Parts: sequence; structure tokens; C-alpha cells
Amino acid sequence: MALDRWIALILLGICLVYGYTAWFTMDASLAPFMKRNPIWPSTFPKALSVLAIIACLVILSGIEKSEPKEAEIDYRRLHEYKLGQAVLLLGLMVAYALLLRPAGFLFSTTAFLFLGAFILGERKWVLMVVVALIATVIVWYLVQEVLGIFLRPLPGFLGG
Amino acid sequence: MLEGLLIGLQTAMSFQNLAMVIAGCLIGTFIGMLPGLGPMSIIAIMIPIAISMGDPSAALILLAGVYYGAIFGGSTSSILLNAPGVAGTVASSFDGYPMARQGKAGKALTIAAVCSFAGGTIGAVLLMVFAPMLSSVALLFHSAEYFALMVVGLSAIAAFAGTGQVAKAMIMTLLGLIMATVGEGALFNLPRFTAGIMDLQSGFGFITLAMAMFALPEALFLVLKPKVAGSAEDEIKDLRISRAEARSIAPVVGRQSVQGFFIGVLPGAGATIASFLGYAVERNLATKEEQAEFGKGSIKGLAAPETANNAACTGSFVPLLTLGIPGSGTTAILLGALIALNVSPGPRLMIDEPQIFWAVIMSMFIGNLVLLILNLPLIPYIAKVLSIPRNFLIPFILFFTLMGAYIGQNNATELLILVGFGVCATALKFADYPLAPLLIGFILGGILENNFARSMQLYDGVSFIWERPMTLGLLVIAAILILLPSYRARIAKRKAEGVADGD
Repeated sequence: MALDRWIALILLGICLVYGYTAWFTMDASLAPFMKRNPIWPSTFPKALSVLAIIACLVILSGIEKSEPKEAEIDYRRLHEYKLGQAVLLLGLMVAYALLLRPAGFLFSTTAFLFLGAFILGERKWVLMVVVALIATVIVWYLVQEVLGIFLRPLPGFLGG
Repeated sequence: MLEGLLIGLQTAMSFQNLAMVIAGCLIGTFIGMLPGLGPMSIIAIMIPIAISMGDPSAALILLAGVYYGAIFGGSTSSILLNAPGVAGTVASSFDGYPMARQGKAGKALTIAAVCSFAGGTIGAVLLMVFAPMLSSVALLFHSAEYFALMVVGLSAIAAFAGTGQVAKAMIMTLLGLIMATVGEGALFNLPRFTAGIMDLQSGFGFITLAMAMFALPEALFLVLKPKVAGSAEDEIKDLRISRAEARSIAPVVGRQSVQGFFIGVLPGAGATIASFLGYAVERNLATKEEQAEFGKGSIKGLAAPETANNAACTGSFVPLLTLGIPGSGTTAILLGALIALNVSPGPRLMIDEPQIFWAVIMSMFIGNLVLLILNLPLIPYIAKVLSIPRNFLIPFILFFTLMGAYIGQNNATELLILVGFGVCATALKFADYPLAPLLIGFILGGILENNFARSMQLYDGVSFIWERPMTLGLLVIAAILILLPSYRARIAKRKAEGVADGD
């Protein structure tokens, strides 16, 4: 089974859960005065779930045949691309999300830009540090001072 | 209209808004030039900045400037590197790149700039004429018609936007609508589908979703598969075009600006379709000798898609500004930004806040002029951006994606949601599921449900569907749009089988 049909199967699962919630669990908690209304909060989701399940089944059953065409990236040969770099960068983004508050903006952003370039294979150490530092400070200044959005600059234990 | 023009001119000519036009065009050109980053990603990244400015006219002017700047920049990399930065400029590389190979890069860039200018300007004139007309018709619409009109728009997008697979585009649209129902609902403000998670109470963040759908997958694709591009080392010189050349492309420009504009107005068909269709039409109209030139550096073959894609960009603002229904992913993002700024585009926009409407139109003229006079002489220098090493570029793109989502919500959980959705979106992109319908569905979901709920309440049931002929008509059109492509595919298949049997 090709990837697009696997995805359709997963989406079908999501739609079934969504539909179950809309059809069977939402209306019970509705107050009596709301039940007099011609439309309930579950009405629109009910219609959506039916349509979405039909669309999933159409893809799954393969009624609409598609010619396999040259995709930009062939997922069947994903390992031939730079998958390692992509996964590492995603991991770096997650680490950034977790560290942004505790470690402060200045430290985590500099580290993010430095390590991002490192993962992609850059080895000009001085240039990497300088670019990362300058960019971090400029962005922090723009966001904090010009846009007026608070970003904690330093790690918590330094009183940032 | 004259009064409106003057209001618009007054707003657009303020120092701040002029600066916004220039900044938007320059940023758009810079980033649009980078292969792989489309206008949707750029606008998604720019949205937090635009929203925090607080002034809707300035924000829309900035984002519109980024939009056509990106299309302009995309054609530069198409011509110089044969690596289109934007899908709408792929057709420009057919003849633009051969011209650059023949050492006529300067001339090709000039033709691209002049044609973009002409297409954008004529498009803006047409917008000025048609938008008020459409909007006065739209004032007669009832919420039932709005509901039906949005269904038509969404099905048109599902029918045209995908790569010919209507079911996939439809499931993505429905998924967008489903995601829009998460959070506090239209009725009684009851929280729905939150699974008890507090962070979902206010629904998914629109900026987060826009970043996750467009910017992140595009950046990941750049990591996975570094684009092999030619080099732009050659000096760009000789920017002049001769009088004879100008005369030969003038009718092309005239035809393609009108055709491109109307294609842009249609939901689902945007700059990409307009440019390919423009190229094909001009090729058929050309004389025999000229036809042989197409694909080998014909100036007409470059002028046609360049004019058409810019005119289509302008045309796509018509449904956004008059009906409040975006016809493309890019205008859907613009709609989201406007809603965040407490402006609801639609027929009332021209009455309630005419300065926004007219200022955007005036800024289009100014923006096109800026692109022509500022970018054209600077292009040889701006093209240097193409030599920024990707090792530095990609971490910055990822960082701006994260920052955009963070600034919007000031919530680090949002970043995890962003990465999660980004991975899902990349998988969907692998499997050839179109992503734009999902975002359009998500943005329209709330408005669609509101209008549906209002008509249900007014008619005490679903009877509005058959009691209002216009609603019924629109819904029938929507059904035809969805069913026709598969029906035609089946007929074609049966015919093909018949041929095979006869053999």
C-alpha cells in the first residue's frame, strides 16, 4: 500500500474518533435551553465527519486512480537524501522549544544558529559564532525594543 | 470612485506606508529569490511583524508588497539559475534561462521587470474597476448565500488546487475545517474537541499552522535535497531592450494582463496556472517563426508568464477584499492576518473602512513602481543573495519559523505543536496531498460555521437550502465542481479502454 493510502487510513481513524465524539458524546452535556436551538455545537462537526469519512474511503478504495508521477522527493528512497541532517535539525528545534524559557533567549538562540550550521556541515568556527551572536542580538533588540514583546534574555538563575 | 482614490492616495502616501511598500517589496524580492521558499512561507514568516504593527492598512500594504516582491524575486532566480524560487515563475524559466545562457541575462531581467510592472499595474486598474462592482452585488447576500458561496470557493479550491486528485484536496479541506472546530465553538462558546487540554481551549494558532504547513516543509525539503543550481557568476549587463522588442511584446502584455487577472480571480487558480496558461496561449498565437523560438529564449515566451503571474496576484485580491473569501493559500494567510487585526474583509470593508481598501490598491501601483525603479538597477547586487551558503541560510529560516510562532502566542508549547504539525505536513507533502486547502479550510472554518449557524437559526432548520434559490444554485455548482473531474476522468478512462480493445 502506498504512502498516500496509509495516510488516508490514519486520517480515517482521526475522522472516526472525531465523528464518534460529535455524534455520541457532545450532546449529552447540552443544557435544555440549548437543545431548543435548531443548530447545536455538534451539528457542523457531524456533517464534517460524514463528508471526511467518505473522502477518506474514496482515497482508500482507490476509486480515483492517480498516475504515479515524478515527485519532488521520492519518499521510498528517503535514506538517499540527507535524512540524518533533517532529523537532527528537527531534534534541535524541539530542544530549542524546551530550552527557550529556562535558558533564556540569547543563549538558546545563539546555540540554535551555531548548531544548525554545524549540523549542515559548516566548520568555519569563528564565522559561525560571530554570525550567530550578531543575529541573536539584532533579533532580540528588534523584538524586545521595537516590537515590545518580552523575551527573557538570560537564564533564570542569572535573574533574566 | 475618485473620492476613494484620493482617500487611498492619502493613506498610501504617508511616510510609514511608503516605507512599508518599499520594505515589503525588498524583503519579498530577497526571499522570493531563494529557491524553494514560496510567497506563502515568506508571508507566514512576516505575519507576526505585520500584526504587531497594529495598523491594518500598513500591515496589508506590507504583506501585499512582500507577495508581489516574492513573485518578482522568484523570476530572477528562474532566469539566472533555472531554479524558480516560486511555483508561479516556473514558466518564466522556459525562455528566461536560455536567454541568460546566451549572455542576455540583463535583457531578460529587464523584460521580466517591465512585464511584471505592466501586469501588476493593469491588474490593479482592473481590481479598481471590478472590486467595487462585485462588492455592491455582494451586499445583497444573505448569510445563507455566504455559506453557499464559501462552500463553492472551498470546492473550487479542492477541484483545481490539487494535482488533479480531487479526493485528496477535499480531505485536506475537510481536515482544515475539522481543525477549525477545535476550541470554543461558534455557539454558546462551548469548548469542543479539546480533550480537556487547556492549550487547545482557544483553538490552534493560525500562524503556527501556516508556518507548519508551508515554511517548515519547504525548509526541510531544502535540507533533504539541496537544489542543484547553475551559477550566477556572470556579470549582468546590458539591461536595455530595443524599440522593436518592446513593440513585439506589447500585445502579449496586454492580453496576458487581462487573462492573468481573471484567472487570479477564480478560486483555486492562482499565479501558477495563470503563468502556464499564458505561456501556452501565447505560444499558440505566435507566428510560425516565433513559435520555433519558444523554449530557446523567446522574448514573448518570457513576457507572457511574467505578465500573467503578476496580474493573477492582483486578481486574487478581488475575492479576498470583496467577499472575504480567499481563493489561494497566500490570500488565505492575508485574510488570517486581517482577522487578527480586527478587520473583516468582505463587502462591508469598502463602506466601513474605505481607507484600507483604497490604500491597498494605491500601494499596488506604488509597489509596482518601486519594483521597477528600485529593483531593476539593484538586481545585479540583489542577485548576490543567491550566493549565501545554505549552511547559514537554513538555520535562519528555521529560526524565523520558530520565532514567528513564538511571538504570536508567547508560549513555548506552540513551538512543539509547530514541529509536530511540520513533520505531519512534510509526510503529507511526500504523499502528494496539497497543503493549501487545509489552511484555507482552517481559516474559513469559523466564518463558514457562523454563517451556517445564522441561517439555521433564521430558518429554524436546513430549509434555507431549498427556500433560497441562489443558495441552492450555489450549492449545486459546488457539487458539480467536486463531482465533474472524477466523472470526466472515468469517461476518459472508459474511452482509453475502448481504444485499447479496438487495437
